[in-house]
Amino acid sequence: MGKIVIDPVTRIEGHLKVEAVIDDGEVKEAKSSGMLFRGLELIMKGRDPRDAQRITQRICGVCPTSHSIAAALSLDSAFGIADRIPDNGRIIRNLILGAAHIADHILHFYHLAALDYVDVARIAEYEGNDPALDSLKSFVKRGELGPFVPRYEGDYRLADKVNQQAVAHYVQAFDMRRKGQELVSLFGGKMPHNMGILPGGVASVPTVDNITSFLWRLKELQQFIDNVYLPDILAIARAYPDYLEIGGGCGRLLAYGSYELDGKEADLTKRNRYFKPGITSTDLSFGEFKPGKIAEEVRHSWYADSISGKHPSQGDTILDEEKEGAYSWIKSPRYDGMAFEVGPLARIMVNYAGGHPEVTRLFDSALSQLGVKPAAMFSVTGRNLARALETKLIADSMIDWVLELKPGDPAYISHKLPEEAVGMGLVGAARGALGHWIEIRENRIANYQVVTPSSWNISPEDDKGQPGPLEQAITGTKIRDEANPFEIVRIVRSFDPCLACAVHLVSPKGNSIGKYSIC
Amino acid sequence: MKTVKEYPAIWLQCAACTGCSVSLLNTANPSIKNLLIDEVLPGKHINLRFHPTVMAGAGEPVIEVMEGTSKEKKGGYILIVEGAIPTAKGGIHGVVSERNGKPVTMLSRVEELAKDAIAVVALGSCAAFGGIPAAYPNPTQCLGVGDVLRARGIGTPLVNIPGCPPHPDWFVGTVASILLSGLPKPEDLDEYRRPKAFYGQTIHENCPRRAYYDENKFAKKFGEPGCNYELGCRGPVTHADCPLRLWNSGVNWCVGCGATCIGCTEPEFFDISPIYEKLSTASLPEEV
Repeated sequence: MGKIVIDPVTRIEGHLKVEAVIDDGEVKEAKSSGMLFRGLELIMKGRDPRDAQRITQRICGVCPTSHSIAAALSLDSAFGIADRIPDNGRIIRNLILGAAHIADHILHFYHLAALDYVDVARIAEYEGNDPALDSLKSFVKRGELGPFVPRYEGDYRLADKVNQQAVAHYVQAFDMRRKGQELVSLFGGKMPHNMGILPGGVASVPTVDNITSFLWRLKELQQFIDNVYLPDILAIARAYPDYLEIGGGCGRLLAYGSYELDGKEADLTKRNRYFKPGITSTDLSFGEFKPGKIAEEVRHSWYADSISGKHPSQGDTILDEEKEGAYSWIKSPRYDGMAFEVGPLARIMVNYAGGHPEVTRLFDSALSQLGVKPAAMFSVTGRNLARALETKLIADSMIDWVLELKPGDPAYISHKLPEEAVGMGLVGAARGALGHWIEIRENRIANYQVVTPSSWNISPEDDKGQPGPLEQAITGTKIRDEANPFEIVRIVRSFDPCLACAVHLVSPKGNSIGKYSIC
Repeated sequence: MKTVKEYPAIWLQCAACTGCSVSLLNTANPSIKNLLIDEVLPGKHINLRFHPTVMAGAGEPVIEVMEGTSKEKKGGYILIVEGAIPTAKGGIHGVVSERNGKPVTMLSRVEELAKDAIAVVALGSCAAFGGIPAAYPNPTQCLGVGDVLRARGIGTPLVNIPGCPPHPDWFVGTVASILLSGLPKPEDLDEYRRPKAFYGQTIHENCPRRAYYDENKFAKKFGEPGCNYELGCRGPVTHADCPLRLWNSGVNWCVGCGATCIGCTEPEFFDISPIYEKLSTASLPEEV
């Protein structure tokens, strides 16, 4: 028995450590632990409820827009205005969220994931006249290769030409993700941490010039997605066929739904959204999603067992830093008592299972190009492919949405602050299902609970000893070269983990915050 | 082949959200590719040896690079810190890898790396002043880099580049200025060690909605024309050049999208509640 410890896991958001127990070249057990605790939820207590809009974005600088939407939805519902958001406000929120997803997914594929498949160092052998590749070649030849070395060595399989093209796209994608953030900024003011989204709608007003500018910036990104991103993901899928078979995980998928197509329905679970909420699994059956079935368990987290199994709206957090068997700051969100994976894969598969026409068409076409069956989606490549597919679906839809904006009509409505209220905001964040729950008492935040996508995915074992989705995805994997465990980091990065989100927000009551210990 | 001088840099993430890194990725001229790969100024290359979000490697090998740089390049590397530093209970709430099987706190990392750096750049409001995790009640007793260096008697020159996040130009401009003309002189920095070149004036002084303020025309709700002062705008007490520089390649900025300035470059951020009510006159500077 040996142990592989990867600490820190890089090219993700935040501070993550992964441990894998190896026996005879195969992972027998895997554990993932968050390495940073900030206690933002405690900071929220006692503040003006509207501050949640600004503070929760700062949980994460990679996916702040998702938090700003979830916070706005939870405040809309607490303020009793969820069915009265003007269409311009609803649409601009969709555009801000969509633009952020495009930028985020491009960043994930090219800058966080691709270096596990693409060999930058081989550009030293490049003979040609592409200025970007030429400058990379002289960089490689100068010999100071930070931040591209050290790295895992060995399993880079792309043919020279494909590899060169992928490196050129790595560079081009820097500009594309920047342009995606510029798109957020057009209506959101700035990015990261947009200022446009507010409870009641958005601060910005649509004008003919910002609609046109948005449209043409979006079209440039759409071309990149269609002609570069999608072909690249298929090329990597073909060069690494075994990654359509490993990293499957728990096989159960959950999506909250996102992109509001209707502003008149107060109940989020009934509201018409572009991506529908639901659950599915490897059998591809579609099941209805019921928010009441979410509960957070803490048997293997540094919290008192007495609070285990509560719905987030009743969530409580009492630290138990000495707890035997605990190894993470992350709680274990479970649905109907079971581990569920969330994220682009869940959104695509739930909507495929539910018969969403555009999802089905694109999904079938991608799978036929790869010559694989839907079961192959439960894999490392499946996750990365689903991310690319939804990027295209979002970009294509946004072209229609931006043209629905009506200059001159309002994008915001005023509201009163309630003395006592509760609210819930559910959204499909870039990394998956994100929920915010607020309780207001005496005009102040009495309790604010956030359950993030990475809490679902990177969670530790639950009360029944059921490991989290990432842990399940790593367990059973054969490791070819223990000194260069590509398999593990490729599996981890296929989830696009966000640790600042996952270890965010416990609100310790009473006694001091726990002692950090390493398992 | 002409010689290129390498400037090693280590980017340490502490109690952060990675927003400062993402903001730097948004740099337009130079692009992030120019910054990472090319000679950012003729004959000068920033050799970013350690950056958790960007670098290829993971685990022990990258920690060896980080620790190795501070030894091999003693007095010759720039340390960039993103995020605040948890100090409660010895800093146990924030850990960056381990040594001999024991966790190494962010607090220890900052101490070790700062003492032999040529300069420390505290990037973002959390690194500069504690920022978000240090907001009341500051559950993990987070501090900004300057407070940690002072408490430990480390005299390495420090530049603060606050903002939530900071504008990429503020960072790139500061680094370029160090490469061109050396460390900032005392007169280049304000009382909070922010470069005056970027933080020398208030938002209010350069705001395109300033004329409304002078004529007492105030927006009563979001989306209306007028000065956003009565909606809680903190432009009069916030130092940064956002209205002139604009964000995301000049596309927009906070007040430009109809929102207020929430004062993200100031030391009191985020203990600024209420942010949706008119500033009290007591906090206004005299020239306003």
